[in-house]
Amino acid sequence: MTEDLYHDIILDHYRTPRNRAAELDGSHVHVHHNNPLCGDELDLRLRVDNGSIPTIDAVAYDGEGCSISMASASAMTEAVAGRDLADAEDLAQNFRAMMHGEPVEREDDLLDGIAFSGVAKFPVRVKCALLGWMALRDAISTFRDGQDSSRVVHEEPTL
Amino acid sequence: MFDVTTLRKDFPILDRQVHGRPLVYLDSAATSQTPQQVLDAVDRFYTHYCANVHRGVHALAEEATAAYEHARGRVAAFTGGDPRGVVFTKNATEAFNLVAYSWAMERLGPGDVLLVTQMEHHANLVPWQLVQRHAGFDIASVPVTDEGLLDLDVFDEIVGSGRVKLFAVTAMSNVVGTINPVAELAQRVHAANDEAVVVVDGAQSVPHMPTDVHALGADFLCASGHKMLGPTGVGMLIARPELLERMPPFLGGGEMIADVTVQRSTFNEVPYKFEAGTPVIGEAIGLAAAIEYLDDLGMDNVRAHEEQLISACIDALTGIDGVTVHGPQDAARRGAAVSFAIEGLHPHDIGTIMDREGLAVRAGHHCAKPLVRSLGAVATTRASFYLYNTPDDIAALVRGIDATKEFFGVRNVR
Ligand SMILES: Cc1ncc(COP(=O)(O)O)c(C=O)c1O
Repeated sequence: MTEDLYHDIILDHYRTPRNRAAELDGSHVHVHHNNPLCGDELDLRLRVDNGSIPTIDAVAYDGEGCSISMASASAMTEAVAGRDLADAEDLAQNFRAMMHGEPVEREDDLLDGIAFSGVAKFPVRVKCALLGWMALRDAISTFRDGQDSSRVVHEEPTL
Repeated sequence: MFDVTTLRKDFPILDRQVHGRPLVYLDSAATSQTPQQVLDAVDRFYTHYCANVHRGVHALAEEATAAYEHARGRVAAFTGGDPRGVVFTKNATEAFNLVAYSWAMERLGPGDVLLVTQMEHHANLVPWQLVQRHAGFDIASVPVTDEGLLDLDVFDEIVGSGRVKLFAVTAMSNVVGTINPVAELAQRVHAANDEAVVVVDGAQSVPHMPTDVHALGADFLCASGHKMLGPTGVGMLIARPELLERMPPFLGGGEMIADVTVQRSTFNEVPYKFEAGTPVIGEAIGLAAAIEYLDDLGMDNVRAHEEQLISACIDALTGIDGVTVHGPQDAARRGAAVSFAIEGLHPHDIGTIMDREGLAVRAGHHCAKPLVRSLGAVATTRASFYLYNTPDDIAALVRGIDATKEFFGVRNVR
C-alpha cells in the first residue's frame, strides 16, 4: 500500500527534482498556489514561445510541501515542456481523470506522471498530487488573459 | 504508582494491529482510548436502566436520573467545582460556545477587551469571534515566545488597561504542551477588573493533571470527556453557579424550563437551564466511570507517569539528527503533547510512514493555526501520551522517525 503512494519514481523526483528553480530567465507568467490546510506552497513559471501555436518553451517550479506535491510538480514540468498550451491543458485534464480513478487516454504522454496513479487510493493526498497541475492550468489561463501573475489559495481539493 | 502493564489490559484496543504491526497509540491529545470499565458502564445503562431523566416516575427513569446526577457530582468532585455549576455539553467546544453566547454576548460591549492567547485551540477562539460581530468588543491576544511560553510582559500591559472583561486561556497547550500559570494570570485579571471573568480551557489539562477550579481562579472551565477515557459526545462546563444564574439560556427546549405558555417561558434552575432537551445520559454515565478510573489511579500518579514519559521522549527526540522539539524542553513545565519537526520532511509524509509502522501520530495544524504559524511552520507532527503509554512506545517512535528518514533518503544532516 505504501508502495502505491510512494512509488520509486515519486521518491526519485522528490530526491532529485527536475526543473526546480526559484527563477526562470525570460519568464512570461508566474503563479503562486498554496494549500493552507497542509501548508503546501508552489511557484510555477512559464516561458512561452508565442508563435502561431503558443508553446511552453521552458517551465520551472519551486516550493515547499510534502513529497507527493513536490514530486508531482517535478514530473509535471517534464511532461509539459515543449507542448503547446492547449495540449498541456489536455494533459492536465488526463492527470485529473487519473487522480479520480478514471481511465487515462494519454498514459504515455504523462511520462513519470503515471507513477502517481496509486495516489488516487489515498483521497486525502489527491490534492497534493494535483497542486502542480492546477498551477499549470492557472498559469496558462493567466497568460492567455494577458496577465503575468496570479495567486491562488486552495482551501478544498479542486480541478 | 500504578503498573502500566496491568492497566493496559483494561484497554482492549491496545491489542489491535495496524497494517500488520502492533498499534502504538500516540494521539491521546486528540482522543483517548476507552477502558473496559467505561464500556461496561455504558453497556449497563443500555441493558439495565435505559430511560430518560428527570421525567417519568418509573423505576428505570429514577435509576437513570440518579446515575446521571451522580455523574454530575463526580465531575464536580474531580474538578473541585459545585455540582450546580456543572453543565453537560456534547464537547468542550459547545461549552465555550455556551459561555460566548450566554456571557460574552450579554456582558461585553464596545470598549471592552476579550483577551485570548496565541496558544489557543480554535474552540477557544472562533466562538468569541462569532459573538464579537454582535457585541462589538475588541479581541486582544497574548503572544507566545520562542520557548513556547506566554509573553507575560504583553499580558501585563493589556491587563493593566483595566479593560479586559474576559480572559480565555488554555491550561495546557494541545500543540506544544506548555502548562500555563493560570492561577497567577487569573489573579491579575480579577485584580485589574472585578467584573472580569476567566475562562479556562481544560481540554488537555483536566485529563492529565489534578484540577481545582478554585485554585485556578477559573470562573468557567471547559473540558471534553473523550480526551479523558470517556465516551465521545460528552463535554463539561464547570462554572460558578451564581454566574450561571445570571446568564440567559443558551439553547431552548424541554428540560430547561420551569413553565411554558405559547408566548413565553420561565426557566428551570441551574444547571438544568443550560441542558435543553434530553441530555447526554449514557455518555455522562460513561464519563463518570472514566473519572472513577482516573481517581482510582490518582491524578498525581497520572501526571508523574506522564512527566517521566515526556522527559524520556524529549531526550530521545532531541538526540536524533535533524529533529527539533517545539515548545518547553523541561518536562515539569509541559504536558504530554509533543510536537516535533524533522528537517527536510513534511508532517504529512512523516505521519503516513509512521502509520505504516503501526504508529498513530497526528500531522497538521492541530486546530491551533495561530500557534503553529508562530512556530514558523504550517503543520507539525505531534506525538501525545497518556497513562497507558510506556517507554517502549517512545522507542517505537524513535524507530518510526528513523524509518521515515531512511525512506525519504534524508541522510543525517550536518
Ligand atoms: C486545548 C483544546 N481545547 C479544545 C478542544 C476541543 O475539544 P472538542 O473537540 O472535544 O470540543 C481540544 C481538542 O482538540 C483541545 O485540545
